Amino acid sequence: MAFVKGLMCRECGREYPAEALNVCDYCFGPLEVVYDYATISDVISRERISQGPLSIWRYQDLLPANGDDPVDIMAGYTPLIKARNLGKSLGLRNLYIKNDSVNPSFSFKDRVVSVAATKAVEFEFDTLACASTGNLACSVAAHAARAGIRAVVFIPWDLERGKVIGAAIYGPTMVSVEGTYDEVNRLCSEVADNYPWAFVNINMRPYYAEGSKTLGYEVAEQLGWRIPDHVVIPSASGAMFTKIWKGFNELACLGLLDGVDASSFGPDQNTVHHPAVTTKMHMAQAEGCAPIVTAWANGQPHVSPVRPNTIAKSLAIGNPADGIYAIRVLKESGGSAYAVPEADVVDGIKLLAETEGIFTETAGGVTVSALKNLADSGAIKPDELTVVYITGNGLKTQEAVEDVVNPLSIKPSMGAFEDVISQRIAVGGR
Amino acid sequence: MMGTQRVKFTFMTQLVKEPIIYQLGQNFNLVTNIRRADVREDMGWVVLELDGDETEIQRGLDWVSAIGVRVDPVSGDVIEG
Repeated sequence: MAFVKGLMCRECGREYPAEALNVCDYCFGPLEVVYDYATISDVISRERISQGPLSIWRYQDLLPANGDDPVDIMAGYTPLIKARNLGKSLGLRNLYIKNDSVNPSFSFKDRVVSVAATKAVEFEFDTLACASTGNLACSVAAHAARAGIRAVVFIPWDLERGKVIGAAIYGPTMVSVEGTYDEVNRLCSEVADNYPWAFVNINMRPYYAEGSKTLGYEVAEQLGWRIPDHVVIPSASGAMFTKIWKGFNELACLGLLDGVDASSFGPDQNTVHHPAVTTKMHMAQAEGCAPIVTAWANGQPHVSPVRPNTIAKSLAIGNPADGIYAIRVLKESGGSAYAVPEADVVDGIKLLAETEGIFTETAGGVTVSALKNLADSGAIKPDELTVVYITGNGLKTQEAVEDVVNPLSIKPSMGAFEDVISQRIAVGGR
Repeated sequence: MMGTQRVKFTFMTQLVKEPIIYQLGQNFNLVTNIRRADVREDMGWVVLELDGDETEIQRGLDWVSAIGVRVDPVSGDVIEG
């Protein structure tokens, strides 16, 4: 069962029942899940978690949907890899990669959608929907297939073919919208207001966003119930960034971290900060869509929307719903935010692939380039425990790195092969 | 047909002093109901509800956009990666 008391407005504190709602009727502020942590603390333990499934649902006590029969395509419990080669090239001796690109539909979105889909089934919706530039559409379509309900996904007309196929294969109703980014946004918002569907990131958003907390839980569990000194995280809406922080703090307050005493969650569960959580949260955005980084750099108390113009399309959210809350996390954690030059995005993809054998999408290129900047600037010291989150798979954005294809082309003879291979070795090629 | 829409307006410096919400109500016969706002010298945002004829709401939003106000859904972008 889910230990949920209800929903609460993050701005004015008004309370609502745990229904398919996302905005406060009074101030239009976002609604967040309120948990019954007193009961959770009675039942949860490291042992109970370790006996759970090898998916996000091992943390079902801390998720807002019923984990007894979840819509589960085995999202989560992805590898945490010691990155010796990448670490060596950056001068970091204690670097780990959380490789979330190996989720079932190849991105971290499976975590949030699994929670949203489970909640949608609980609420007896017959349709799961979203508007997406790629990863979310794939995950919604896949989870709807698993749940046996209809999927409707809205995509921009110019979406890359690989992403279109990656979603279409699961059999959703796919609506390709001819229009600008803003026009697609506005249409989908209107559709969500007028159709009784479970839009995962609209009326399901309070539940959906909580799925990202599992990225914090897993890293802590995989590190032996410790949390890192630094994490580097790509950001679009800012929701994942805030939820990883929330996940670390929940574990601390519940006394699940090594050597950390449990403590009260206080009056506002969403702003709780346990003093033992000293992880510095570093945010990565691409320069072509960096509204949160810009607000942080300018010391603004608000986030000014931008029109996205970046090759990192999975990070292209011009008006980030959780931007202001992400800035609070940056402040509280003593973290930083960096806008990666567009030209460096592909370099980041290549660096990760060539050092660790992990092919990430453009968002991962942004994150690795931001990590490099942090290492070069000395913001991360060589022995500090650092985790970089890789949230999507490179097979989805192959167009960005097409220039790597440069085979040695030969006639089918041993002599031709020996000619080219000796030349390659002579110039130091691999 | 009558309708309601919840939107967020973001104003840049040059528009902060303009009575845009007043004009929206007057010129398109809409009832404007501000729920939350933060207006400063250099920029401002307002979340509000618009009540009126659906066609007029659309025309009003087109006019607001045309004069340089950014119009978004109240809960941020609904498109995700």
